[in-house]
Amino acid sequence: MTDITAGGVSAPLRRVEFDTPAAKARLRGRYRSEARFKSYGIIALCIAATFLIALLASIFSRGIPGFFQHYLVTEVLVDAAKIDPQGKGDAATLRAGDYTAVARAALAEAVPGVEGRQMKKELNSLLSSGAGDALREQVIANPSLVGQRIKVPLLLADEADLFLKDSGTKLLVLSETRGIATPSAKTGEITILVGANDFADDIAVVKAELKALAASIDETVALRKERGATPESLDSLVKEAVELRRRYDAAATSETLDSKTASRLVAINGGIVKIKEMSPTSVKGEVILPLKSTDDAAPGTWGIRVYETPESNRNLNDLGVTFLEELKAKGLVESQFNFAFFTRGDSREAELAGIQGALVGSILTLLVTIGLCLPIGVLAAIYLEEFAPKNWITELIEININNLAAVPSIVFGLLGLAVFLNFFGMPRSAPLVGGLVLALLVLPTIIIASRAALKSVPPSIREAALGVGASKQQAVFHHVLPLAMPGIMTGTIIGMAHALGETAPLLMIGMVAFIVDVPSTLSQSATVLPVQIFLWSDLPEPAFKMKTAAAIMVLLAVLFVMNGLAIWLRKKFERRW
Amino acid sequence: MDMRPDPLVMMTTQAPTHATLSAPTKVAAKNVNVFYGAKQALTNVSVEIPEKSVTAFIGPSGCGKSTFLRCINRMNDTVDSCRVEGLIQIDGKDIYDPALDPVQLRARVGMVFQKPNPFPKSVYDNVAYGPRIHGLSRSKAELDQIVEQSLRKASLWEEVKDRLSDSGTGLSGGQQQRLCIARTIAINPEIILMDEPCSALDPIATARIEELMEELRKNFTMIIVTHSMQQAARVSQRTAFFHLGILVETGSTSDIFTNPVDKRTQDYITGRFG
Amino acid sequence: MSEHIVKSYEQELTGLDDKISQMGGLAEQLVGEAFDSLASHNPARARATVASDATIDLLHRELEEQVILMIARRQPLANDLRQVISVLKVAGELERVGDLAKNVAKRAQAISGETHPKGLLTGLQHMTDLASRQLKDVLDAYVARNPERAMQVWRQDENLDAVYNSVFRELLTYMMEDPRNIGLCTHLLFVAKNLERIGDHTTNIAETVTYMTRGSLPEGERPKGDLTSSTLMSVPHR
Repeated sequence: MTDITAGGVSAPLRRVEFDTPAAKARLRGRYRSEARFKSYGIIALCIAATFLIALLASIFSRGIPGFFQHYLVTEVLVDAAKIDPQGKGDAATLRAGDYTAVARAALAEAVPGVEGRQMKKELNSLLSSGAGDALREQVIANPSLVGQRIKVPLLLADEADLFLKDSGTKLLVLSETRGIATPSAKTGEITILVGANDFADDIAVVKAELKALAASIDETVALRKERGATPESLDSLVKEAVELRRRYDAAATSETLDSKTASRLVAINGGIVKIKEMSPTSVKGEVILPLKSTDDAAPGTWGIRVYETPESNRNLNDLGVTFLEELKAKGLVESQFNFAFFTRGDSREAELAGIQGALVGSILTLLVTIGLCLPIGVLAAIYLEEFAPKNWITELIEININNLAAVPSIVFGLLGLAVFLNFFGMPRSAPLVGGLVLALLVLPTIIIASRAALKSVPPSIREAALGVGASKQQAVFHHVLPLAMPGIMTGTIIGMAHALGETAPLLMIGMVAFIVDVPSTLSQSATVLPVQIFLWSDLPEPAFKMKTAAAIMVLLAVLFVMNGLAIWLRKKFERRW
Repeated sequence: MDMRPDPLVMMTTQAPTHATLSAPTKVAAKNVNVFYGAKQALTNVSVEIPEKSVTAFIGPSGCGKSTFLRCINRMNDTVDSCRVEGLIQIDGKDIYDPALDPVQLRARVGMVFQKPNPFPKSVYDNVAYGPRIHGLSRSKAELDQIVEQSLRKASLWEEVKDRLSDSGTGLSGGQQQRLCIARTIAINPEIILMDEPCSALDPIATARIEELMEELRKNFTMIIVTHSMQQAARVSQRTAFFHLGILVETGSTSDIFTNPVDKRTQDYITGRFG
Repeated sequence: MSEHIVKSYEQELTGLDDKISQMGGLAEQLVGEAFDSLASHNPARARATVASDATIDLLHRELEEQVILMIARRQPLANDLRQVISVLKVAGELERVGDLAKNVAKRAQAISGETHPKGLLTGLQHMTDLASRQLKDVLDAYVARNPERAMQVWRQDENLDAVYNSVFRELLTYMMEDPRNIGLCTHLLFVAKNLERIGDHTTNIAETVTYMTRGSLPEGERPKGDLTSSTLMSVPHR
C-alpha cells in the first residue's frame, strides 16, 4: 500500500538477480566461505580431539597395567613353627607371626637349589615385603589353616612385577648346533668345556657390542664438549672408551663379560650358568640354578641365553631375571587385578601403594566442603538474588564474589594456612582444614551458579505466587528454589569436581605429607587424590609411574561421573516455561 | 410506510447497564502518581471502580494502565524503584496504609497475568496452593472441595477432573489461563485483576475466558487490562482510557466505544493515533 | 481529524461518503425530473426517470455490501462506527426517496393524457421545490458534518407539511366539485403524499447526521405539520 519511496530519497530499487555472472560468482563465494568456515570448525575439533585422545591414550596405556599386579601363585606351607610356635592360636599371636618367612620358604621351594647368601637374598627380593600380608589376613580369618599347605597368591616386588609386565630385557635363546659340552661341577664356579671353537662367534658378537658401546661413549663426550663441559669431567668417559677399544682390539682368545654388555648364560643339564669369562673353547661361570649332573651334554640339548639389555641398565639383575624366567616356565606367575590398589593406603613400596587413603581423604574433604558450601552458597545466592536491595553495597559484594572466583587457588591455600592453621590452630594435613579451604575456593562458584539458576526461573512464577498472596519468602522457598534446584545442583557438582581436582591450596596446609593410614576422622592427617598423584609422580621408582597414571585414571573417572551426574540432573529437571 | 426498526434508537436506549453505574464503589483512586525512579509513570489518576462489574483499562503500550493495575494489589511494591503517591482505597480503606500488610492485600485482590503462569506442579496443587498457605481449609476433604469448586467456577473442571495430578504446565494455553483463574478464585478474593489475560491465547480460548469473566462478574469485582478494544467492548461494563500516564477518560463501555468524549480516546479506539 | 494509521481504511471511509453524495445527487435529480415529467405531460421522460431509479438501488446495494464488509473487516468504533452505521441508514433513506420519486414518475405516466387544471400543479411545484431543497440541505449538512444545518432541515419540514395540508385540501375540493376529477386527483394526492414523505426522509437523514456528528439523537419532538390524517372533509349533501 505505502509507496516505498514516498517521503524519502528515492534510490533505484534493484531486484536480486540470479543469472548474471556476478550473482553466480557471489553465490559461489558464499558457498566457499561457508565451506571454509565449516572446515575450520572441523579442524579445530580434530585438533582438540587429537590432544584429548593423545592425553587419554598416554594415561591409559600407562595406567591400565597399574591396575594389574603379578603374583607368585604357589603352594604355601603355613608353617606353625614360624607363625605360632607355642600353638596359642589366638589372633594376636597369629598376627605377629612371621609370614614373610613362610612366603620365602614357599619361594625357595618353587626355585629349588639356590644356594649362597647373596643368591638367596636376590631370590627373596623378588617377593614384596608385603607378600605375607594377604596370607596373614587369611590365617587370622581361619586359624585352622596353620600347619596346612594352601595355594595363595604371593605379591611380587615392583621390580619383578615391572619386568613381567614389560620386560625391557630382550631374551634370546641361541641353541644352534654346537658340539658336546662338559660342565666341571653342578654348583659354584664351574668351567664348561666344548670340543670345537663353539664360542668364537659369540666372542665376535661381544666385541662388536664393545665397539658400539665405545662409539656411543664417544658421541656422549662430543655432545658434552659441545655444551661446554670441561675436559677433566669427561676424563673417566674417555678412559672408559679407550679401555673398551683396547678390549675390542685384543686377540679373540678370552673375553670377560661384565654388566656393561649383554648377559650370556648357558642352560645345560637342567641348570643355568652365568658366563663370566669366555674363550673360544670354554666358558667360566657361576651356577645360578644347579645342574642335575656333570655328564657331557649332547649337541642340541644345551644352549646359550642372551639377556640383551646390559645388567647395569636394568632394575632386575641376571639372578632375578633367571629366577623369574624359571618361575614363569613353571607357570607359577599370574597377573591379577589389583584390588589392593583400592584398599590400601600409600606405601614406599610401589606394589603395596594404594589410593584408598587418598580416596577417603578426598571424600572427607569434599564432605566438609559441600557441607559448608551448599547451605552458605545457596542462602547467600538467595539473599542476593531475591531479597537484597539493589544498592552499591550489594553491588560491591557481587563484584567481590566474582573477583573471588578468579583468585588463584594457591591464595586460598595461603589464607587457610594463615587463618585456620596459624590463627585457629587447627591440625595440619587434616581433611577438616582442607575442606574449609576448598569451601572458600568453591563458594564463589556455587554462589554464582546458584544465582544464575535463580535468575533463570522466570519472574512469572514469582508473580504467580505473590499474586495468590504468598509472601516473598514463601514464593522463593515454595516455587523459585525448587525450580532452581537442578541448576544449583549442577553448579554445586561442577564446583565439587573443581574442588576434587584442586591441589595447590592443599599443599599449603600440609596435605602433601606421606600418609600410610586411611583417615577415619576429619582431624586425622590425610591426603587427597590429586595430591597423591602429585606425590607419586615425583617418586623415582618406575613402578610409581604406572601407579600415578592409574590414580589419574581413577580421578578422571570420578570427575567424569560427577560431570555426567551434573549433565544428567540438568537434562532430567530441565523445564520450559 | 417506513416501518423498519431504527437501530440508532435501539442502540441508545439500550444504553449502559445502569445497574453497574449505580453499584457501590469498590476501588477508588484519588490523585495517584506513580514514579519509577525519576520517571513518572502515572499522573493524577482518579477513578472509581464499581463493585461486581468488569472494568477495562485500555490505552497504548506504556500508557500506565498495567502500572495502575499493579498498584491496586501493591504488586509494584516488589519493584524497588517504584514509588506510589496518592490514595487508593478498597471499600473506603487506604491500601497503602503502613499498617496494612501487602501480602494479605494480595489475598484479597487476586491477579491473573498476561502469560499463563501455572506453577510447574500438578493441577490440584496449583489450585490448592493459595488455600493451603492461607489456611482456608481445615481438612483434605475441604481442600478437595475448594479445588473442585474453583475449577468448576473457572469452567475447567470437566476438562481436568481426570488428570488433577498431571502437571499444570502440560495443559493448553487457554486451559492454563483458566487454571490460573481457578488458582486465583480458590482464595476467594474480592477483586480480580487481569493483566492482558488473553494476549497469548487463540480466539476460541479467548472466548472461553471472556465467557468466564461474564460469569465471574456476578461474584467478583474485575479489572482487566487489554490491548484489544473489541475485547474491552465485549467484556466490560466500564472502560478507562489511559494515555501517557494520564487517565484520559472513564465511562460506560457503550459510551466509550460509540461516543467517546475526548478526542484522544476517539483517535485511539478508531486507530488514528499519531 | 487526524488520519487513520491504516490508509486503506481511511480511503474506504471517504469512499462511503462519496457514494452517499452520488446517491444524494441522483435522488435530488430524480425528484426534480419526476415532477417535471408530470408537469410537462411527457411520458417518455417519466419512463426515463423510472428507469434511472435503478441506479440509486444499485448504489444502495453496493453501499450496504461495503458497510457490511467494513464492519466485518475493520470493526469500526466510535465516530467511525457512527459514520458507517449512518451511511447505511442514509443510503436506505435515499433509496426510499428514489422509490418515492419513481412512484411520482409512474403516476406522471398514468395521468399524462389527462388535462389538469392549471392551478393544481402550483402547490405540487412548491412542494417539489421544498423537498428538493430539504434534500440538498441535508446532504450538504451530511457532507459538512454540520449538525446545526441538519437540525434546521429537521425543523423546516414543518413548512412542507403545511403546503401538503393545503394541497390535500385543494385536491379534496376538486374531487368534491367534480367527480370526474377523482381519478386524476387521487394520483396527484399520492404525488403530494410522496413529496411529503420525501420531506420526512430528509428529517430522518437530518437525525442521522446529528447522531453521526454528536453521538446522540436530537432532543425533543420534531415539529410536525401534517394534519391530513386527522382531516375529514365531508361532501356536502346536494
